[in-house]
Amino acid sequence: MKSKWLSGPYVIWMVLFTLIPLGIVFYFAFTDGAGQFTLANIQRLGAYLPILLRSAWMSIFSSILCLLIGYPVAYCMSKASPTRQKIYYMLIMLPMCLSFLLRTMAWVSLLEDTGIINNALRSLGLSPLPLIRNTGAVILGMVYNYLPFMIMPLYTVLIKIDRRLIEAAQDLGCNQVQVFTKVILPLSVPGIVSGITMVFVPAVSTFYISQKLGSPGAVLIGDVIESQFKGAYNPNLGAAMSLILMALIFLCVGLMNHFSGTDDEEGVATL
Amino acid sequence: MAKELIRLTNLTMTFEDGETILKGINLYINDHEFLTLLGPSGCGKTTTLRMIGGFLTPTSGEILFDGQRINELPPHKRKINTVFQRYALFPHLDVYDNIAFGLRLAKLSEREIDERVMEMLDIVSLKGFENRKVTSLSGGQQQRVAIARALVNRPKVLLLDEPLGALDLRLRKDMQNELKRIQQAMGITFIYVTHDQEEALTMSDTIVVMDKGHIQQIGRPEDIYNEPKNAFVADFIGESNILDGIMRQDLLVEFFGRQFPCIDKGFARDEPVDVVIRPEDIDIVPADDGHLCGTVTAITFKGVHYDIIVDFKGFKWLIQSTDYQEVGSYIGIRLNPEDIHVMKKSEYSGMFGDYSSYSAEYDEIAEGGEDEE
Repeated sequence: MKSKWLSGPYVIWMVLFTLIPLGIVFYFAFTDGAGQFTLANIQRLGAYLPILLRSAWMSIFSSILCLLIGYPVAYCMSKASPTRQKIYYMLIMLPMCLSFLLRTMAWVSLLEDTGIINNALRSLGLSPLPLIRNTGAVILGMVYNYLPFMIMPLYTVLIKIDRRLIEAAQDLGCNQVQVFTKVILPLSVPGIVSGITMVFVPAVSTFYISQKLGSPGAVLIGDVIESQFKGAYNPNLGAAMSLILMALIFLCVGLMNHFSGTDDEEGVATL
Repeated sequence: MAKELIRLTNLTMTFEDGETILKGINLYINDHEFLTLLGPSGCGKTTTLRMIGGFLTPTSGEILFDGQRINELPPHKRKINTVFQRYALFPHLDVYDNIAFGLRLAKLSEREIDERVMEMLDIVSLKGFENRKVTSLSGGQQQRVAIARALVNRPKVLLLDEPLGALDLRLRKDMQNELKRIQQAMGITFIYVTHDQEEALTMSDTIVVMDKGHIQQIGRPEDIYNEPKNAFVADFIGESNILDGIMRQDLLVEFFGRQFPCIDKGFARDEPVDVVIRPEDIDIVPADDGHLCGTVTAITFKGVHYDIIVDFKGFKWLIQSTDYQEVGSYIGIRLNPEDIHVMKKSEYSGMFGDYSSYSAEYDEIAEGGEDEE
């Protein structure tokens, strides 16, 4: 029973830096500036519903894009020779080694009206394109930043699929396409779920990407929360927003896990 | 006359790393036959099976199925199904859907699928398990699902790749009987791969003994056991004392400086040969009556019999007897002509059949590599 003390440091860490701060968020969300209990913060959130929905659909869209781009990559990676797998893995992780802020800034200098792409177009005598300050640019930023989070869990699941299962499927009459749809795809569902979760959760609460790449009017919920703390000095409203966002994320993740049926191991082996 | 179904001609396999696993396999397999490929790890038995299944393409040679060349035919177009090592059941499907997998691909009506799956569940004694997750089944149950999943497609040939390797001894014996029963009831050709000689002897119509990419011997279990072709087969199938001898003339062999009548002939005069004497064929007699005399150096109780190690002029024999012998006692043995089996010399001569390094665990087959490719 001594072993439970081994997790002690983390328990202390979690209490200090997760549970207590969460309690503070709760406290702020349900009080006003004077510390009196109020539901006003929650009631005011209705006005921000369009922004929340906008954040949600953009993150969902980015997650789907990441899945469509990431799945084939992860699949090819899992089929490559072990040496190549290591190289691909490194290449995919490489952008993650650079600062998130730096990567987003790099996109700004690529896409802005006097940026690298538009300057190149101009020097070729073509008219510049509106590449920045629109929804497309924000989604591009999200996909670019979070794509590795999609590929990694997919890759991890795909390399674990027993080669014999694929042979068994062929043996029972599957052609190449059927092997994929009837065995590989269903078995990679856990990877798809965790990939979508790992893209969706940070994307829905992101704030920097939309500030740098999005149009000034079309802010995301993350930006609004940030501005409540840094600009509007209304931490109570910001806390309420964070709380609702958190609840929504829990709901989404919970729903996804429920429908992917990752609740196995029932029944006991007999004989 | 049984009808020939599969023929392998000069089959060789060299892998990308340059290792040659098969060196010219010639074999024909009859319809309704239970044929076992038997050999140690790395002998090429699994490679042969995978070629018949379509998972490997031979480097050279031909695979004929019903007279048609099928070297390059992909697995899903062959009338052959496989029971894989460690079953390879689909973890995302329940027992019913695993068994129905092949039938659904064949686009049968749901009614017919249901009939056939239920029939199969009955045959493998898994009625009532339809909706169980395969991950919740015991090894023996998973094994039977794997067999049902393959047989439900009514293949012409069923390939079985060490299917009982992961089961405990008792279950293995039960499954051996069950497999034999299913094979006879359904009249399907079984090609069975194993390294377990007892399993091969129990179940097979024909045994193919393989080693180092070559077929060493093909024959009925009795023939393989009683008339092994070389020292490898004699040692791999059962226990054998293998001695150097000289064939003085037909029906007369000399070893340990003494001539024995035997039942073998067709050797050159004074040809050096390997002599096999099975431990259970040797009769122990008082020293005065023996053809040969030696000293008991060890005795181990094995249940049905004792394993007795006897030193004859420095060469140690294994003798199996139900009678206890004192260690250190001086005993004689008698050999009847039919107890002596004479083999031609081979590359395996001198490698097997001496019990000087006898340990009581000799029959625990020391096979680590079940993942043999």
